[in-house]
Amino acid sequence: MTDLTFNDRQAMRRARLSLISTAIRYILLCVVGFVMLYPLIWLVGASFKTNSEIFAGAGFLPENPTADGYIKGWQTSTPYTFGRFFWNSFLIILPKVIGTAISCTLAAYAFARFDFPLKKILFGSVIAILLLPNVVTRIPQYILFRDLGWLDSFLPLWVPSALAGDAFFVFMLVQFLRSLPTDMEEAARVDGANSLQTLIYIVVPMLAPALISVCLFQFMWTMNDFLGPLIYLSSVDKYPVSLALKLSIDTTEAFEWNRILAMSVLTIAPALIVFFAAQRYFIEGISSGGIKG
Amino acid sequence: MKMQRLLGLGYLTPYIVGLLVFTAIPFIGSLYLSFTSYDLMSEPRWTGLANYERLFTRDRTFIKSLNVTLLYVFLTVPLKLAFALFIAAILNYKLAFIGLFRTAFYVPSILGGSIAIAVLWRYIFATEGLANMALATIGLSPVDWFGDPTNALFTITLLRCWQFGSAMVIFLAALQSIDKSLYEAAAIDGAGKVRTFFFITLPLLTPVIFFNLIMQMVQAFQEFNGPYIITQGGPLKSTYLLPLYIYDEAFKKFNMGYASSIAWVLFAIITVLTLVAFWSSKKWVFYAGDKRS
Repeated sequence: MTDLTFNDRQAMRRARLSLISTAIRYILLCVVGFVMLYPLIWLVGASFKTNSEIFAGAGFLPENPTADGYIKGWQTSTPYTFGRFFWNSFLIILPKVIGTAISCTLAAYAFARFDFPLKKILFGSVIAILLLPNVVTRIPQYILFRDLGWLDSFLPLWVPSALAGDAFFVFMLVQFLRSLPTDMEEAARVDGANSLQTLIYIVVPMLAPALISVCLFQFMWTMNDFLGPLIYLSSVDKYPVSLALKLSIDTTEAFEWNRILAMSVLTIAPALIVFFAAQRYFIEGISSGGIKG
Repeated sequence: MKMQRLLGLGYLTPYIVGLLVFTAIPFIGSLYLSFTSYDLMSEPRWTGLANYERLFTRDRTFIKSLNVTLLYVFLTVPLKLAFALFIAAILNYKLAFIGLFRTAFYVPSILGGSIAIAVLWRYIFATEGLANMALATIGLSPVDWFGDPTNALFTITLLRCWQFGSAMVIFLAALQSIDKSLYEAAAIDGAGKVRTFFFITLPLLTPVIFFNLIMQMVQAFQEFNGPYIITQGGPLKSTYLLPLYIYDEAFKKFNMGYASSIAWVLFAIITVLTLVAFWSSKKWVFYAGDKRS
């Protein structure tokens, strides 16, 4: 060891420190990851347990696996099955996502590519809506929907989004569009395309990655949305899964735990599947624009 | 040219209609309602400042709820951001599987707002639940997570902090964009890891810290699903956040005027805190290329 130079020893010391640092990082990440994800893993395991076993141990694997929770939970205590509630969720989500994509694209196109009177103030309003707590506008909105006769229908859940009401998405698309070069659009204009054709054939394809993020986030948020349906929907046959789950807690929780857990697994499954299939768009979506959640 | 200007407004029409009908008019409407007594059956009756007077002088539920909300926000936001930054800093290193960890930590943010997760929280923190079983294995005595008024709010806070993923992804993106030459320069000057973090990394992160702070704060003030499902505001109103109180007043008792005045107090608090953050940001937020700081 004595014939090692000072520099060699420095380098070895540094390499050792770096190794220790890497090890500590991995250990910390694994521990935090485990603590964070174990509840979800446990949820899946517990949904196959018998009711008496759920609070008997912290393990993942059920001793006597049973699909009872799924079979009985699916039936619910209402005249409808969970299939109906999933269908309702789908009926809420699909028009909402399409409306959001179209209206937010139009608004972003206007902000990023046109000059018009009051543009600064109108763009300011996007930021203002972004920061405005929904709680302030919720009561008059409810009264408005009541006067329109829209209560207990999906319209209050669809229409505000179809009019670009989710300012976050407008903001995100504007940011994305501003970063794209305009020469393709100019070339199209020279070739005689009008602005709508340019939007459909040139801009929308270039916007596609950001638009996919918008649709995915809107899907996720709508799937998780509880307060909107809670306020606007009153008949059980229109309930989306979030409300149906709350209903089954109220009616069966005292004893039938595995039914609740099984239905919880089912209600988060669509969001999880979509997330894993398209996580790139989520991560890019937040990294570029910042997001709630 | 004139044509172009009108065209821009044309594309913006859905947004403008939505802005007026679902945001601007309800915004003014709720301010008006907050000075009235309105039960949806008869016309709103102007009562001047009576609602606000009742709130601050006679309504002990409101005072309790306000305190709980402020405590919740001041507990949740710093904890969540600190944790998100901590994990992002660990991840920002030449690690294998960095994408895997990032995805794993982000999953709770995708699901966190859902009813299913709130349900899961009830099971995990039940007296015989997973959390207490985990405590028992390391030799600690069980905690009364929801039954004890001093713990219940903290248990709700944990649910929020668990969803640190989206803030973390934003921090990580910002960390990765920091110019590596700055770190090399600091190392040559003999600065250690800790000093480098506090004097180089942290100042360069202040814009995203600021962004995350505002977004998380606005959201935390509107927390509804967690306490509504998990504790229903109890025990002894220790988790009765203002959005729950507003919901009860507006949609259970149909006191639309009174509920609006609570919403406006909440809005005023959020606005004041946001303005304080913006104003103070001149002192602590550092924008690269900015000579001011």
